[in-house]
Amino acid sequence: MNRVPATLVLSDGAQFEGYAAGFLPRSGVTTGEFVFNTALSGYQETITDPSYAGQIIAFTYPHIGNYGVTPLDEEAGRPWCSGVVVRELSDLPSNWRSVGPLEGFLVQHRVPAIVGIDTRRLTRHLRRYGALPGAFGHADPAAVAAAARVAVGTDGTDLVSQVTTRETYQRGDGSRHVVALDYGIKTTMVHQLARRFRVSVVPATMDADAIRALAPDGLFLSNGPGDPGALDAQVQVLDDLVGTLPIFGICLGHQLLARSLGATTYKLPFGHHGSNHPVKDLMTGRVEITAQNHNYAVAADSLGRSEVSHVNLNDGVVEGLTATALGCFSVQYHPEAGPGPHDARYLFDRFEALVNDGITESH
Amino acid sequence: MGRRDDIHTIMVIGSGPIVIGQACEFDYSGTQACQVLREEGYRVVLVNSNPATIMTDPATADVTYVEPLDVDVVTDILERERPDALLPTLGGQTALNLTMALVERGVTARLGVEVIGARPEAIATAESRDLFKVAMADIGLAVPESGFARDVDQALTIAESIGFPIIIRPSYILGGAGTGIAHSAPELVRLAAEGLSASPIGEILVERSVAGWKEYELEVMRDHADNCVVICSIENVDPMGVHTGDSITVAPAQTLSDVEYQAMRDDAFAVLRRVGVETGGSNVQFAVDPETGERLVIEMNPRVSRSSALASKATGFPIAKIAARLAVGYTLDEIRNDITRVTPASFEPTIDYVVTKIPRWAFEKLPGSVAELGTRMQSVGEVMAIGRNFAESLQKAFRSLEQGRLGFAVGSDSEFAELADDALWRACATATPDRFFAVHEVLRRGAGVDDVAAATRIDPWFVHQMYEIVARENELSDVSLASLDRRGWLRFKQWGFSDAQIALLTGVDSAEVTRLRREAGAHTVFKTVDTCAAEFEAATPYHYSTYDDVSEVAPSSRERVVIVGSGPNRIGQGIEFDYCCVHASLALRTMGYETVMVNCNPETVSTDYSTSDRLYFEPLTAEDLDEVILAESGTGGHLAGVIVSLGGQTPLKLAHSLDPSLVLGTPVASIDAAEDRERWSAICTGLGLRQPPGGVAVSLEGAREVVRRIGYPVLVRPSYVLGGRAMEIVDDDATLSRVMTNLTGAHGALAREGGVSATRPILLDRFLDDAVEVDVDAVRDSSGDLFIAGVMEHVEEAGVHSGDSACALPPPTLSAPVLATLESYTRSIADALEVVGLINVQYAVKDEEVYVLEANPRASRTVPFVAKATGVAVAQVAVRVMMGQTLARMREEGLVPPGTPRPDYVSVKEAVLPFSRFPGVDTVLGPEMRSTGEVMGVGESFGIAFAKAQLAAGTRLPDRGQVFLSLADRDKVAGLVLARQLAELGFTLAATLGTAGYLRAHDVPVATLLGKIGVGEPGVDAVHAIASGEIQMVINTPSGKGAHADGAAIRGACVTYGVACLTTMAAGFAAARGIDDSRAQGWRVVSLQELHG
Repeated sequence: MNRVPATLVLSDGAQFEGYAAGFLPRSGVTTGEFVFNTALSGYQETITDPSYAGQIIAFTYPHIGNYGVTPLDEEAGRPWCSGVVVRELSDLPSNWRSVGPLEGFLVQHRVPAIVGIDTRRLTRHLRRYGALPGAFGHADPAAVAAAARVAVGTDGTDLVSQVTTRETYQRGDGSRHVVALDYGIKTTMVHQLARRFRVSVVPATMDADAIRALAPDGLFLSNGPGDPGALDAQVQVLDDLVGTLPIFGICLGHQLLARSLGATTYKLPFGHHGSNHPVKDLMTGRVEITAQNHNYAVAADSLGRSEVSHVNLNDGVVEGLTATALGCFSVQYHPEAGPGPHDARYLFDRFEALVNDGITESH
Repeated sequence: MGRRDDIHTIMVIGSGPIVIGQACEFDYSGTQACQVLREEGYRVVLVNSNPATIMTDPATADVTYVEPLDVDVVTDILERERPDALLPTLGGQTALNLTMALVERGVTARLGVEVIGARPEAIATAESRDLFKVAMADIGLAVPESGFARDVDQALTIAESIGFPIIIRPSYILGGAGTGIAHSAPELVRLAAEGLSASPIGEILVERSVAGWKEYELEVMRDHADNCVVICSIENVDPMGVHTGDSITVAPAQTLSDVEYQAMRDDAFAVLRRVGVETGGSNVQFAVDPETGERLVIEMNPRVSRSSALASKATGFPIAKIAARLAVGYTLDEIRNDITRVTPASFEPTIDYVVTKIPRWAFEKLPGSVAELGTRMQSVGEVMAIGRNFAESLQKAFRSLEQGRLGFAVGSDSEFAELADDALWRACATATPDRFFAVHEVLRRGAGVDDVAAATRIDPWFVHQMYEIVARENELSDVSLASLDRRGWLRFKQWGFSDAQIALLTGVDSAEVTRLRREAGAHTVFKTVDTCAAEFEAATPYHYSTYDDVSEVAPSSRERVVIVGSGPNRIGQGIEFDYCCVHASLALRTMGYETVMVNCNPETVSTDYSTSDRLYFEPLTAEDLDEVILAESGTGGHLAGVIVSLGGQTPLKLAHSLDPSLVLGTPVASIDAAEDRERWSAICTGLGLRQPPGGVAVSLEGAREVVRRIGYPVLVRPSYVLGGRAMEIVDDDATLSRVMTNLTGAHGALAREGGVSATRPILLDRFLDDAVEVDVDAVRDSSGDLFIAGVMEHVEEAGVHSGDSACALPPPTLSAPVLATLESYTRSIADALEVVGLINVQYAVKDEEVYVLEANPRASRTVPFVAKATGVAVAQVAVRVMMGQTLARMREEGLVPPGTPRPDYVSVKEAVLPFSRFPGVDTVLGPEMRSTGEVMGVGESFGIAFAKAQLAAGTRLPDRGQVFLSLADRDKVAGLVLARQLAELGFTLAATLGTAGYLRAHDVPVATLLGKIGVGEPGVDAVHAIASGEIQMVINTPSGKGAHADGAAIRGACVTYGVACLTTMAAGFAAARGIDDSRAQGWRVVSLQELHG
């Protein structure tokens, strides 16, 4: 395939040469915050994960697109990332589940890509200097560089309002009712909840009274994009609800719950994005391999009313919190596993038990 | 939790000789295990019969037994050493089987030895297909429908209920011996019979064939806290139906969606838990229907394996090391990741490159074998290559094979280029060692991806990648290299095209291609294998080349040495040379040098990233080596030189492309002089050394000319080949004509190796009948001092390749004057060749006269054996000499003994041959080497050492029973002596009509007359007698060249039924002595530390 040359430039001036792929925007320039993801498979789930809103995903595994795409692997109705960076984008996918090539999917959803760059150099650069904003595209390299200089990251930005559902919707038919606050919820989370509960997925902007009006037996806080520090309104909603019903948070949901419990959050240098992070459950001592996707984390020295339940064995980052007396727990990583290993799906069972029992003194 | 303090001494069992299906990967895993256990403070007792291993170096374990891996012998060792625990999971199938036998006999229970790493019940569940099937049903996993049969009729009944195609798998076998696919009842009957005899318990599995499905393996680990991780996923490019050891495989899996992969991961953990592997590494194999995604569990190995060695090299995660730690009580999160040094081992490696493994076969050395791949593993070695994409790794892997191909894209330089289309499509559809080149040719002719995928059952994704390589290859035919910019060059270089390959495809000189490429800014860079796709910093410099923006080779200021490894294992060049390269690294590191290893064999200790300071996992070609040297020259510090003389022929061939001032030790010119017939003869004549008369020829006429001068029999061999490749003993004109035509033809045996030319002529030498062959290994230093490290006397007479012959050290029959002559000849040859380092000289001794056969001023195959037999680290001595140290100084330091070591015990090296894998191949030994490995036996006398070596090689010499003699006429006089000895030892004799007549005429009683097959002679047919257990040993010497079919059938039957079979008189006499000495003196197990202490 003959491709148009393209350039990738980071805000610090680092420059990479490649070729334009996927959707080719008329401007020839795409901007966003670059993050790298180290998973070997699951590109479609990753690209459609709303938590990547505003970000450009660089895949460290060089062959992406090998097994094509299928509607079954979408984590949202559309991709939310700003772009993707790939060493080798497969022209000819091969898998019985595939309905077509990844590149067609990118074009259809207007996701620009750059291929053929030294993705390992990019990864090492981001590891060293942290997640950086920047730009890429087939425009004149000087234009790309100019865009990179003014590109902004995700700090202090509310991206949740862009990705949350506009309307409340229902899934599942369990006897217990759970409200899921959609900060950018992944389809696999909805599936995992719907297998156990009647779920109402509600907009992230819903206030506490409106949530209470739905008479939930439990509250689920989803993943989502961006800086938890920019979401004071959502934290205030939780302040009203914590302690009144069982709560389970994942990823951004975990960070917002932590803030409500008195903890603070901070930005990691380059985050955790992949499917191989070891997390220890401090209660059982078991190690689980987890899927992760976060740039922010809860500071271990500011836990407020919560305790640490899970830690990342690579770098000690807080991966889970619990506030037993308040009936809340949360994890930073992705137990729903879409993509990623299934080791932590037991957490949904834990939530089910909590919802069934309600908050009692014995907890 | 941590380390167990209730155990102190641990026995580790190795895997024995290198055989097909069990190669140096177990030296790698076993060595790692021993090192880790000693680091943890345990006393390690090691048993392994293979002297060529690093594992059996006296420094690897506390106590090292180079003894047969036999249940009685190991029981003796256990009684002597009384270890607390036995670790059986790092020595392949051999160690598992041996451990199970010890457990079943109650030995471990009686001695209170705990089996760690895998419980016996877990081993039984994984190994018995019946128990495994039940276990899988328990956890709801599907396996192919099947049933067990103990006879052919039962097999047929089961097959008819399942429906064809049917696969036959014998129980308790390794590497798939005796396995095959039947498409019809008659085929099933034949394969079932073969399978039943291959199984040690006479049982076969008759199973639904899933040939053509996709095949995957997951390498998984579990600790005693039930933490499970996947280390690596592997996808086979060849679909189900080709043994995974014979398949091209790729890591990670390329065509599985995350949904499928995670489900497979869940299944693999469920398998581990159900089988009961409490700690350690296992391998779980799956088949996936490409149409529906249906997934079946094929098998699991509750131990480290060939695939786990590959996975360790592919990811940088050292499975064997971690498995050993888990076995002594650690959990994964308590163990540090070696490479990042900050993260724990309880994670799943992720990689940012593609790894391709390609097997290497040896069919050309096994006339009579059929070069077709199936469910029975036949390859003798493998290469691995790393690239930033599949195409690059595939092309690098093909050029790593050293079979004359520059990559996958070879233009019209292919034997398939001449085939008609229909024949070509047939070649694509049949799995053979070369079929990927048929696929290449068919793509070159314009075939579509779907058609090729349908014909080959290779997944379309892989076919498409090959299609894209061919598309670039086609572009090269009309591209102007001078006009390419960096992007233009990367289009080819990133797809694995070497400069030499571009030269072939464009007609531009290779050096010019390199010059133009570098001028355009397309430089080779080296990336790092780091287990984590660069998420964390790597502390271990394990590199591979690619074409990208930046290189990661870290500067250092220390003086360094590059060691060039020996590439894939093949017959004639195997683990012995890896041993030498590893020793070079050890010696150099002790001396304070930084060491840089370059090799492409994933099985070896040399490619363990902790063996050297830096590892380059690269093809061994002039261009790839040049790039490594360039990278190592440009990073500060000084490159002291390159070692090319320890890795066999592979690095020697590369030496010519190196700057001569970089070659350490013996100059390349001397190595050439020894290889060049005329110059070598001139040297011998000048020194006044006796040589068998001979000459060189490039044609049949030339050969006839030489023979007119020297007379028959003559030994005919090409120059610059390995292991006696294509070497033959010729007795007459007709054979000479056949042999020369084969050697010199355009499609002859040497076509892929450069053919025959004035600089690579055919060598012809007068063959010395009944001479004793002797090998001498020596080290000479730059001051001219010489150390004779070992004199080995061969058991088989000259004419049997030295690599296939048993040999003894010290030499049992050579006289003092002969020994003195050997020493002085060796000294003068080493002086004349200005050797600095190792030299091996081969001699023939006949009637007390010494003839020089050949000299190789480099490491020989026998170096590790000599080291184990004498206790002198010969390879390290050689490396010190190459770096300028003198032998005198080493004698002072005690590294070298004052004179030639003359141990007061005897060590015998015996070759191990792969005949059980190749039913059609005659087992008679000849001048072409065919052994894959070796064992060593040690004893107070030659007889005991020989008998131990036979047992270690898999044949127990009988103590009583019947010996069958079938002798060539020339051997009958000697045969009479042997027959009398055997009769005195209490054996009854059986013989063929001719042999029996001769023996009876000389008053030796022959109890049984056995007929040759199809000759209509009286008596029971010999094959039948062997099969029915009436014969305990066979002495069969073939009558001349072109062994008769009946002899071959007799020898084949011995292989099938495990009966001792000796094909030379010398071996027959040695066996008689072995039986006599064993009876008189008994066996005693003894450790190397005791012998050398």
